[in-house]
Amino acid sequence: MNKMHYVGQNEVRIDGLEKITGAARYVDDLEFGPNLLHAEIVASPYAHALITSIDTSEAEKVPGVVKVLTGKDFPYKFGLYMKDRYIFAQDRVRFAGEQVAAVIARSPKIAKQAAQKVKVTYEELTPVLDVDNALKPTAKLIHPELGAYPRVPWFFPKERTNIAHWRKTRKGDAEAAMREADVVLEDVYVVPRYAHCAIEPHVIVGLYDLAGRLTLWSASQSPFTQRNVFAETLASLGLSHKDIRVVTPYIGGGFGGKAGVSMEILGAALATAVRGSPVKVRWTREQEFCNTYQRQGLTAKLKMGVKRDGTIVALEHTLHFDAGAYVEYGANVVNAAGLSATGPYRVPNVKIDSLCIYTNLPPGGPYRGFGYSEFHFGLESHIDRLAEMIGMDPVAFRRHNAIREGDTLPYGAEMNPGNLVEAIDRVAADIGWGKKETPSRPGVSTGKGFSLFWKSPAMPPNAASSAFLKFNEDGSVNLMVSGMEIGQGFLTVMAQIAAEELALPVSKIRVETPDTDRNAYEWQTVGSHVTWGCGNAVRAAAREAREKMFDVVHRAYGFDPADLYLENEHVKSRAKPDFTLAYRDFVISGIQTPHGNFLGGPVLGSGMFMPEFTSATGDPETSQGGHPNVHYTVGAAAASVEVDRATGKVRVLKTSLAVDVGKAINPDLVNGQVVGGMVQGLATVLYEDMKFDERGKLLNPNFTDYKIPTARDIPDVVSPIIIETPQPDGPFGARGVGEHTMIPSAPIIANAVNDAVGVRIKSMPLTAEKIALEIAGTYADPHFTTGGRCKMPTEN
Amino acid sequence: MKKHEITMKVNGEVRSVIVEPNDVLLDVLREKLGIKSPKIGCERGDCGACTILLNGRTVRSCLVLAIEADGCEIVTVEGLGETLTPLQQAFLDNNAFQCGFCAPGMILTATELLQKNPTPDDDEIKEGISGNLCRCTGYQPIVDAIRTVSRSGKSGGRGKSGRSGRPHE
Repeated sequence: MNKMHYVGQNEVRIDGLEKITGAARYVDDLEFGPNLLHAEIVASPYAHALITSIDTSEAEKVPGVVKVLTGKDFPYKFGLYMKDRYIFAQDRVRFAGEQVAAVIARSPKIAKQAAQKVKVTYEELTPVLDVDNALKPTAKLIHPELGAYPRVPWFFPKERTNIAHWRKTRKGDAEAAMREADVVLEDVYVVPRYAHCAIEPHVIVGLYDLAGRLTLWSASQSPFTQRNVFAETLASLGLSHKDIRVVTPYIGGGFGGKAGVSMEILGAALATAVRGSPVKVRWTREQEFCNTYQRQGLTAKLKMGVKRDGTIVALEHTLHFDAGAYVEYGANVVNAAGLSATGPYRVPNVKIDSLCIYTNLPPGGPYRGFGYSEFHFGLESHIDRLAEMIGMDPVAFRRHNAIREGDTLPYGAEMNPGNLVEAIDRVAADIGWGKKETPSRPGVSTGKGFSLFWKSPAMPPNAASSAFLKFNEDGSVNLMVSGMEIGQGFLTVMAQIAAEELALPVSKIRVETPDTDRNAYEWQTVGSHVTWGCGNAVRAAAREAREKMFDVVHRAYGFDPADLYLENEHVKSRAKPDFTLAYRDFVISGIQTPHGNFLGGPVLGSGMFMPEFTSATGDPETSQGGHPNVHYTVGAAAASVEVDRATGKVRVLKTSLAVDVGKAINPDLVNGQVVGGMVQGLATVLYEDMKFDERGKLLNPNFTDYKIPTARDIPDVVSPIIIETPQPDGPFGARGVGEHTMIPSAPIIANAVNDAVGVRIKSMPLTAEKIALEIAGTYADPHFTTGGRCKMPTEN
Repeated sequence: MKKHEITMKVNGEVRSVIVEPNDVLLDVLREKLGIKSPKIGCERGDCGACTILLNGRTVRSCLVLAIEADGCEIVTVEGLGETLTPLQQAFLDNNAFQCGFCAPGMILTATELLQKNPTPDDDEIKEGISGNLCRCTGYQPIVDAIRTVSRSGKSGGRGKSGRSGRPHE
């Protein structure tokens, strides 16, 4: 490949000036004029109850109230992968915080006051609050009509149970292989629910105008997916996709929480009830915690068998995901985990059962890492313990079993390129593996922990990307894509890809956030796939534009198109070195011939990308066949910690993370993902934790009680290492990186704490309290009936 | 509810506005004066996204009633000047933001920090910005950006020094 000028460079972010000057506009910053209405939602106080009556009459009398709406106004189901929820609760509520009614008023204050006058009476039912209870044969069914819900063909619900989806992956014969193993370890690991905590709460403004056009301004990662779900859900209004427009300005953080459709359905539905007036629904921080998506809780049972030489021979991994009241998106998280819960290891005999289980907690859904963050904690803790049992260094054990290009994946497809061994070696060197650090003071112990990680985008096999670009009179370009700038630097990366193909500086390319009317289709910005998918589409669009430029130069001057190339904003010819034509001289106005007429005209490019090799047609009993995942990004990480033996407080001295991104289009942005993702993950293992009371109500729905990291909570050093083994079908070899950097945070800390003070904690988070009590030998983990002390390893 | 007229100097301009006694300053700035850089993140003083400078000191404008600000001087990021301050330039050079939602509040907090202590060490920087939550960056690039300006003094701080500290692997 020729030397690249823009790809691989640390180009300045193209959204930077807007964001540091306050010019950047988010949905709540847009002006809608004095006719803007405000909606306040009436939420269920119960986790599980029948609605016996709703009386809106007092609320309707409040001056300034425009309309009060309930479930009977919108008897429509919606959902991304499975239609299992209604816009408003109908006859029953399934989680505390679920929307039951809405008051639309002239001001937020009036709406809030009137909402308190909506009288809802309930008949409370016993809530099902954990997966063990949900799976009992006597368990109350949360969705009695489960079997009738429309869903994608790769979901397998179990009717008349609380199991919304069961992904089974079978390879080889795990049971037989387990008998051949020298050492077998079986144990259970528990991961609680977590909140995304984007600093911007969800907000949407809807306008259904008098001409029948529905426009939504939405804080979303998924403008086109939202448009599609809105069109499907409100089909009875007869709205065509062309008449629905979703505009997504900058969003203040997503992390999966603003993917798909959660509260946004309210903006779309309520707008149709107040035709001609825009209506805003903005979540409070408490609603943000209780009624968007939460990361699902996981109880994972792991059984792994290894040979004395360190070879893994079998894995049985049973994952019980607490998916909450509705799983229209969350079931796909469970599915993704169920296909890949071996982690990045060669495992010849695999039995994975990944169950999506309804409970009466808030809906689970996508959160950075999408199932993988959840299961890596147990898997990588288990790996460390097995290495210890056979007397092998845990890094050497991982290296021995690390997956390599061409290996057979759990569902039978072939592993893509990626240099996991290099990642292991470089992280081990960077963290000083094998070297015990000197404690900084008496009373503390030092330790190091290691983990591998992998993740693939979890997406339907036809999740497509596309791009348009158009030249302007001065030779600059507008690029129109619908991937979302959620902070990762997507717009800049797309500009860099277009710049490289068009030999044009990034500063001459404008890329803006999506508008479904104007911009090309993108499925949604999730799964760390847009650099790859949309990047391919942008590259195709730029190449199409380039071909058009060559064509007009060929027709005007007779040069062979094969000799033409682009350089420094000019078309040039290898055959005629003195020829040079600036873009600005022809990309709009064309090229004048000796006859005075003009050839060519405005240069446009369009491109698309479909992962045509994927399919979700695997056998439901084994997952064999099909090609459900496009590729995996792999890597390794490690932590060096100090643990105070008296207080249990963990100080993270350093973390190191190596990730094979294929090609870093903008290395500084990759580093940003490493540092940000690592810190977000460290919080999940050290202190973040959603606490529910015995009736299913969230006890800590705010930043006072649900602590997220401040600047004082970060490691002394976070060291990013970029590895570049090209992805053959990626733009310039790139593959995704956004989520992966959060995945190993939990196990590297769990393993480092064990290394430092010799306690193995099997439930997250590893709070100081838990560690201190565990050191003292007095910790009783409520998740384990045996009292939480590590069971003695079993050998056979 | 009785309405009151209050007058404030906002980003250098004297502006009067009618408010109700329970109107929150953040809402008045955003909805009545069109100043959109202070953001609504938690409405209870936890996140710092609504940070403004009130008479030269950072406050969380979600915790201040508008009538309390009568006669006060307010500066938001929009009022830092038409050209970038060295600190803003350092934020740009260091990618000290991602989604950008916390950036206006973070920049004002760091501005105040550097006014009080022009040469903070890393611990002082972290302490100084610990009331402003950022969920994207992991804070390290923000600390790097502030350190760049702190070391180079009030008038300098431009350039790419922050980035060169993190080599391309």
